[in-house]
Amino acid sequence: MIETLKKAIVLNFIKDNRYLYIVDGLKNTMIITLFATIVGIVLGLVIALIRTTYDNTKKFKVLNSICQVYITVIRGTPVVIQLMILFFCIFTSRNTSGIVVAIIGFGLNSSAYVAEIFRSGLMSIDIGQMEAGRSLGLSYVQTLKLIIVPQAFKVVLPALCNEFIVLIKETSVAGYVAVQDLTKGGDIIRSRTYDAWTPLLVVAGIYLLLTCVFSFFVKKLELSLRKNERNA
Amino acid sequence: MAEAKKLIEIKDLCKSFGGHKVLQHITTDIYVGDVLCLVGPSGGGKSTFLRTLNLLEEPTSGNIFFEGIDITDKATNIDDVRKKIGMVFQHFNLFPHLTILENMTLAPINVLKMNETEAVDKAKELLNRVGLIDKKDTYPNMLSGGQKQRVAIVRSLMMSPDVMLFDEPTSALDPEMVGEVLDVMKELAKTGITMVVVTHEMGFAREVANRIAFLDNGVFAYENSPDKFFNNPNNERLQSFLSKVL
Repeated sequence: MIETLKKAIVLNFIKDNRYLYIVDGLKNTMIITLFATIVGIVLGLVIALIRTTYDNTKKFKVLNSICQVYITVIRGTPVVIQLMILFFCIFTSRNTSGIVVAIIGFGLNSSAYVAEIFRSGLMSIDIGQMEAGRSLGLSYVQTLKLIIVPQAFKVVLPALCNEFIVLIKETSVAGYVAVQDLTKGGDIIRSRTYDAWTPLLVVAGIYLLLTCVFSFFVKKLELSLRKNERNA
Repeated sequence: MAEAKKLIEIKDLCKSFGGHKVLQHITTDIYVGDVLCLVGPSGGGKSTFLRTLNLLEEPTSGNIFFEGIDITDKATNIDDVRKKIGMVFQHFNLFPHLTILENMTLAPINVLKMNETEAVDKAKELLNRVGLIDKKDTYPNMLSGGQKQRVAIVRSLMMSPDVMLFDEPTSALDPEMVGEVLDVMKELAKTGITMVVVTHEMGFAREVANRIAFLDNGVFAYENSPDKFFNNPNNERLQSFLSKVL
């Protein structure tokens, strides 16, 4: 038994330095997730602020409509298709890096979901907070930045965490646009060794580890943000 | 006493929500040093009137001049006007994610560009005045309603406003906490600051106000000094209102 396991590991990971497929793949998966997260949060927050401002003040009518269409299209089509459209139809230049396309693709995709998450958070903040801020002479933007967004962020943190766990796993389709991510790395090993179990289980284990570590840190952040609650 | 200076001039102010006319052609002046109490039945327009004074509600028509500036004019920078108008809300509206001290220093630092040490010193002095200095580093959720409202009052005072607006400041409080807030407001009135107070506390109005107005159906149905207001009002609606609340 142990002998078989040892053999499988040697065959799949040690021989010909095959572990490098996993290491490089993991590196790419993490790069894509990290930067797509940043794109998603920044763009998502902007969209949410436009939509909320329109809801409250009826300003940005055109922008709001554009955002609505954007969210509908992005949420209504599969991320793989979006990725392939970006890679094969839009960024057709030969030297386009698949990783950059993946970052853009996953970032845009995530932003649509993040926008709605932020919007629900912004809507949950009592209107009195905006009124108190404005009545003290703070501008609309200052009130959003200093009073509304920090409170909304705390509200949306669990949903946001959920979105990024989904994102980490969703990047596993990056192989479609010629990116050698973690999943693709495992795939290549399988095609060389004809052993399906070992590389797939290892890849699955690494994804699980990634999401667990991420959840752990979000939990910590959540606790530290909750310090202003009663009995905290 | 020299002729009192007009602080706020309200001209033909109207406000409707949909087809519902909440304020109808109100014209009045508020003078420097006035303590004007607004009383009347629910839905009479008291809070709406108060909230138009710093444009939290935009008037449907009419003009409001604050220190000579027409605040209903679109060209007026409302933020510049609002920093001179303090406002205290029924539900306090403290910022729950900030400590008491941070609640107080946020606007002076970001709007008046006061430096932090100066802001903190001023905040501590004001907290001392309302007996809450030991709460300076706690969060709003840990305070009682009365304490929250006292903080809300001194938070507004941090901006050294020219007028303080109070929107039913004691209506959300447990009865035993009403007194501590009214005491702070009485102290404040003694400093000579202009105050406009929407209230159901008739005792407070009688004691502190120099003018009391009865808002009913969106108009100043009756206005007078506290003496005449309570003792001999020649207004039927007001008489019936007072007979119910006194």
